[in-house]
Amino acid sequence: MNTSLNRRGFLRISSLVGGGFMLGSWNAEAADEAVNFSPNAYIRITPGGQVTLFSKTPEIGQGIKTSLPMMVAEELEVPWESVTVEQGRVDAAAYGNQMAGGSRSTPSSYDMLRRMGATARTILVEAAAKQWGVSPDECEAIAGEVVHKPSGRKLSYGSLASAAAKLPVPDEKSVTLKKVEDFKLLGQRIGGVDNPQIVTGKPLFGIDQTHPGMKYATYVRCPVFAGKIGDVDLAAVKESPGVVDAFAIEGTGDHYGLLPGVAIIANDTWSAFKAKDALKVKWEADGGESFAAHAEKAAKILKGSAASEIRKNGTPDFPADGATVEATYHYPHLSHATLEPQNCTAVFKDGALEMWAPTQNPGSAIQAIASSLKIPREKVTLHLTRIGGGFGRRLMSDFAVECAVIARRLEGTPVKVTWTRDQDLGHDYYRAGGWHHFRGRVDQSGNLAAWGDHFVTFGLNSDERSGNGADLSGDEFPSRFVPNLLLERTIIPSNTPLGWWRAPGSCALAWAIQCFIDEMAYAAKKDPLEFRLALLGDDREVPPSGGRGPAYSATRMKGVLRLAAEKAGWEEKLEEGRGRGIAFHFSHLGYVAVVADVTVGKDGKLKVNKLTAGVDVGPIMNLSGAENQVEGSMLDGLSAAWFQEITVEEGAVKQTNFHEYPLLTIKDAPQVAVHFERSDFPPTGLGEPALPPTAPAIFNAIFAATGKRVRSMPLAKEDLRWS
Amino acid sequence: MTTFTLQVNGRPQKAEVAEDTPLLWVLRDHLDLVGTKFGCGMGLCGACTVHLDGKAVRSCMLPISAVGDQKVTTIEGLADGAKLTKVQQTWCDLDVAQCGYCQAGQIMSATALLAENGQPSDEEIDSAMSGNLCRCATYTRIRQAIHTAASK
Repeated sequence: MNTSLNRRGFLRISSLVGGGFMLGSWNAEAADEAVNFSPNAYIRITPGGQVTLFSKTPEIGQGIKTSLPMMVAEELEVPWESVTVEQGRVDAAAYGNQMAGGSRSTPSSYDMLRRMGATARTILVEAAAKQWGVSPDECEAIAGEVVHKPSGRKLSYGSLASAAAKLPVPDEKSVTLKKVEDFKLLGQRIGGVDNPQIVTGKPLFGIDQTHPGMKYATYVRCPVFAGKIGDVDLAAVKESPGVVDAFAIEGTGDHYGLLPGVAIIANDTWSAFKAKDALKVKWEADGGESFAAHAEKAAKILKGSAASEIRKNGTPDFPADGATVEATYHYPHLSHATLEPQNCTAVFKDGALEMWAPTQNPGSAIQAIASSLKIPREKVTLHLTRIGGGFGRRLMSDFAVECAVIARRLEGTPVKVTWTRDQDLGHDYYRAGGWHHFRGRVDQSGNLAAWGDHFVTFGLNSDERSGNGADLSGDEFPSRFVPNLLLERTIIPSNTPLGWWRAPGSCALAWAIQCFIDEMAYAAKKDPLEFRLALLGDDREVPPSGGRGPAYSATRMKGVLRLAAEKAGWEEKLEEGRGRGIAFHFSHLGYVAVVADVTVGKDGKLKVNKLTAGVDVGPIMNLSGAENQVEGSMLDGLSAAWFQEITVEEGAVKQTNFHEYPLLTIKDAPQVAVHFERSDFPPTGLGEPALPPTAPAIFNAIFAATGKRVRSMPLAKEDLRWS
Repeated sequence: MTTFTLQVNGRPQKAEVAEDTPLLWVLRDHLDLVGTKFGCGMGLCGACTVHLDGKAVRSCMLPISAVGDQKVTTIEGLADGAKLTKVQQTWCDLDVAQCGYCQAGQIMSATALLAENGQPSDEEIDSAMSGNLCRCATYTRIRQAIHTAASK
C-alpha cells in the first residue's frame, strides 16, 4: 500500500511525526535525512539505535496502540523493551483509512504491518551484508542486531540505519515473513504502551489538551432533538464572571450536521458551565417524540402483519395447535456514556484549522469540518489524542464540527469545548431499542424446525429505512441453520438520532435471539448446550446467502461452546436459586460463547457469580490486551443489560447523569474467565464480539436459577422474586 | 474573582478564580494539572478523586473556598520523581487500564484505601471503590491490583 510513496517522502514524513506538532519540523529534515532509517510510515530507527513505531489507529481503550506496533516489532525483530510507540499522524496518503471501528483494525492490519516490519528487517540485513561483503543469506536479524552467522560478527540496527536508509525499499510482497511458530512477541502478555503516562496523570486525552492563551467553551444545544433557536438574549451570559464571549450558532438543523446552539466562551470551564444558568433562550422545537408512545405502537404492531419481509425459507407455519412457542422481547435505547465526555480543542488561523480531537474517525471528521467551514480538506490538520472510551460514539463528528465553527469565530484563539454529562447523555447517537415477536416450533426429534421473528425497529423519521445500527440481516442466526424461517420487519419512524454502539445490531439481537433459542431448547426438553450444538449441526462452513457477508463456521462456534461449557463446569449440579445459562454469537468475524453463573435470592436479589467466555478469533496478538477486551466486553454487556435505559419524553432524553443512567460498579462485577481457542485462522478483532452473547447467557442463567423467563431490559426494572 | 493559595503536591499554588469554583477546575484549568479527570460534575463517577489530607474526595463537588490549608494531592503528586508508588507500579504490571480515563481516580481511591487498611478483603475493596466508575469495566483487574499492591 505504501509503495507509491518514495523513500525520501517517508524520511520527510518521519521527521514530522517525531515532532508531534506539524509546525517547524521541516527544519529537521536536512539533519535527519541522511541518518534515520524510515522505510515506511510505521518505523523509524535512528543512528543512535532508537526504534520508534507508529500506530495509525485511534486508541479508544481497545489496546490497538500496543497491539499494532507489536505486529511490526515482531517482524522487525526488535526487543519490545527497546521500542518507543507514538501515535501516527492523521494522513490518508501514508496510512489509508485510520478509523477505529467494527473491530477491523486487527484483521485489516495484520498482514500489512508484518510486511512493513519484515521489509525493514530485510533492508537492515542487506545493509549489514554489504558492509561485511558477504551474502545476506549468511546473515540473520536477531533482537535489534544483524548477525553474520559464520563469523559471529554483529551490527546493531542503529549502526546500520544510515546505510539502510540509502538502500532501495523492496516490494513488501517480496519479503519473507516469520513462521508463526517462531514468534517471540505476538501472543505474549504485553502491557499498554501508555500505562506509565496513565498512572501518573500525564496529558494524554482530548480533554487534557492545553495551548497558550486557550479559552474554555461550553455549547448549549436545544434539548429537544432537531430544535432550533427561536429567540436568544445573551446579555446576562456575557456579564457572568469569567465569560469573555457568547454567540448563537444557527447550525444545520439535521441530526448529523451542526446542531444549533449557543457557545459560551470563558476563562475556565467552570465559568462557562455556570454561565449557562444565565442563558435566556427560546427554542423552536417539536416535542412530540416519546418512547412510551413508540412502545404502545410497537405492542399493537408486533403480533400483526409486518410491513416487510426480510427473508423466508421453506414453509414457516405457526399454527395455534399448542406446539408453537411465542414470546415478545424488548430492549431499550442506550447511550454510549464514554467516561471522557465529548470534547474537542482547536485553533483557526489564516484560513486553516488545527484541531486536537478524541475521534475514532479522523478522516470523516476532517471531511465534515472542511464541508462545514467551506475550506479545503488540506486546510484542516487533525491531531489524534488518546480517547477516554469510544464504543462507537466517536465515530460521529458532531463534537469536532461544532468546535471548528466556534474556533473560527475566535480566529487566532485556541478553544476547548467540553460537554457536561447531561449534554453528553442528551445528545448522543443512541443504540436503538427494539422489539421481537418470536414464534418457534421443534420437531419430534427435538430439533428447531421453524423460526419466526417479527422485528419492530426504528428509522430516523422513516418507516422504510431502519436507523444506524437498527437493522436485522437476513443472515442473522438462526437463518441458514433452520429449514423453515420467516424474518419480518416493521420500522417505526422516530426523531431520535441512532448510531453505532459497541457491536452494533449484534449487541441487541443476540440477546433476544439467544434467549428465545433457550426457550426452544426447553420446549424440546433438551439441555440448552446440546440443543445449540445440534442446531449448529455438522462441522462445516456455511456460506452467506446471496454471496454477501462472511461465511459462518459451525465448527468454530461449536468449538467455543464446548470450551466455555467445559471451563465453566456446565454439567455440575447447582444449589437451589443458582443457575447457569449459555449463549453464543458470531460477529465481527469472531466466535464467542459465554456461560453465566448467577444466584437469585427469593427476594429477587441478583448476584452474577461468574462469566466464562470461549473465544475463537484466530491467533492472539497481545494476550493481556485480548483478555482485557473480552473481560470488558462481558462486563459492559452485563452493565447495559442490568441497569441502562435511555428514555425520550417530550422530544428530549430524560437521563441527565449517572444516578439516572447507572454503570456497573465494582460491587456487582463478577469473576470473569477468558479462554481462547487459538486457531490458525487469520486473526480478527476483539473490541466487540464478546459483548453480544453475554446478556443472553445471564438471562438464560436467571431462568435456570428461578424458572422465570425475563424478556425485557434492563434487569433492574424486572421483578426476579421466585418461590 | 478571589486569589487562593493552595498546597498542592507539596507546593503552594496560587489561583485567581470565583469562590465556588470546584477544585477540579482549579487544578485542570488554572494549575495545569489535568491528570484529575472530569466525568460527571456531581460526585457520581469518581474520575475527579484527589486526596485532601490523605483522604479520597471528589474534587468536582468541592469548592476551592472549602479547601483552606488542607494538603491536596493529585495523581501527579504520587510518584517520587520517576519512582512510581506500589499502587501505580502494580497498575502497570497488571495492565489494568483499557481506555485509562478513570484510572487516575481509581488509583487515588486505592491509594487512600491501602493507607488506611493494609490488607483489605474483597468486600472492603468493593466498598471503598464502588464510587469509582469504570466504563471499560476493568473492575476485576482493579480488585486484583489492590490485593497485589497490598502484598508488596
